[in-house]
Amino acid sequence: MTPRRHVDEFRDPDAARALLRTIATRAERLDDPLAVMEVCGGHTHTIYRYGLEHLLPDRIELLHGPGCPVCVIPRGRLDDALWLADQPGVTLATFGDLMRVPGSGRHSLLDARAQGADVRFVYSPLDALELARTHPDREVVFVAIGFETTAPATAVTVERARALGVRNFSVFCNHVTIEPPLRALCDGGDSRIGAFIAPGHVATVIGTRGFEFLPAEYGRPAVVTGFEPLDILQALAMLLEQIVSGAVAAGRATVGNQYGRAVRADGNPTALALLRRVFAVREAFEWRGLGVIPHSGLRLAPAFADLDAEVRFRVPGARVADPAACQCGAVLTGRLAPERCRAFGTACTPDHPIGACMVSPEGACAAAFGFGGLDRATARAVGGPEA
Amino acid sequence: MCLGVPAEVVELPDPTEPRAIVAVAGVRRTVATDLLLDEGLAVGDWVLVHVGFALARLDAAEAARTLDEIRRLGADQPNPFDGAADV
Repeated sequence: MTPRRHVDEFRDPDAARALLRTIATRAERLDDPLAVMEVCGGHTHTIYRYGLEHLLPDRIELLHGPGCPVCVIPRGRLDDALWLADQPGVTLATFGDLMRVPGSGRHSLLDARAQGADVRFVYSPLDALELARTHPDREVVFVAIGFETTAPATAVTVERARALGVRNFSVFCNHVTIEPPLRALCDGGDSRIGAFIAPGHVATVIGTRGFEFLPAEYGRPAVVTGFEPLDILQALAMLLEQIVSGAVAAGRATVGNQYGRAVRADGNPTALALLRRVFAVREAFEWRGLGVIPHSGLRLAPAFADLDAEVRFRVPGARVADPAACQCGAVLTGRLAPERCRAFGTACTPDHPIGACMVSPEGACAAAFGFGGLDRATARAVGGPEA
Repeated sequence: MCLGVPAEVVELPDPTEPRAIVAVAGVRRTVATDLLLDEGLAVGDWVLVHVGFALARLDAAEAARTLDEIRRLGADQPNPFDGAADV
């Protein structure tokens, strides 16, 4: 197979070993153990897939954050999507990841489809718009989820629907933004997070600037990071440098940019302008495991109300508590390792998930389950790498 | 979810339309370029593809700089395993 540019060169094992030695040397100079949170589910997936956690010095702990949009959607919103799927004449379209997330009663969109509802999965919001154009007799509702990475694609689709005059298309909007949950985590009294690996693809849109509040207001260093193993290891070396050099203690923490090949300081101005035109910030939005966070969700702006499924349909909008058995909240805030959840791998598995963290391959629990399900001590005891 | 796949722009079929044909590991598909309208995309550029959209242009010079920095960081440190018996 031909080498894949921008991929294979960031997976070089020799370079990874050399970086790990640098990380080990720098970690020896830490005064205290360091907990680093990777916010994005894509990073969580890379960390588990390559077993990076097991290769790091004991003094560095990785916490898996709430940056998997499928994992943080609350059951009430899923119940609303299931309700929409049951309305006469409605075709519901969404990303594959969301199809298997259970609402209350462990019923998913996939189950709804098996029972006769017209639920389709699409690769792009534009595919949902195309469904509406080719099926003028159906009301096509696109269930939008995702952070600032994905919201611009929805925004383009909404503007295109307007320009084309497509009347049988609407959006059930569940887009969220990254800053409010990060603030909620930093404000949480029990937060052990010492530094952040910031989500590279969100940053392509909002820029490194979008994370400046972390050092400026919370004194936490952050590095905007790519998604290959060398990217994550380099980011850890960069974070350690800020800490062992004394810069963080002296109040001079910064936002580093490890992902310069894709990310600029100001992000993508075209995408940001689209977000401002098409969306409005909700007063508050509920997150699984994190509760209601003010100003953390997006809805369609009033100018696009005719394309807003929440305006077009009488969506029930009920709030439903998180499942009692599952500890997604503690996992999503880095207070509990996935394999320590009481439901992990027994009541809750990728085939029969209770919590959303077990559904998406980027969920911390699904990644931990799929790539071993071992904590560090166990992995080493059964023959882990050189430690 | 926030997955971005590097892809090479292989064709810009209609310069007045916001779309490009890209190749990912030899597979061609059409992506929307609405988010990179001001980038002046050209055949041979690399982009990150996310949910059917070109989300960002990949900068080859920056990628090379990052790889240099990774090598420099790795070479920076003495190898703690040097001199040790078969580790």
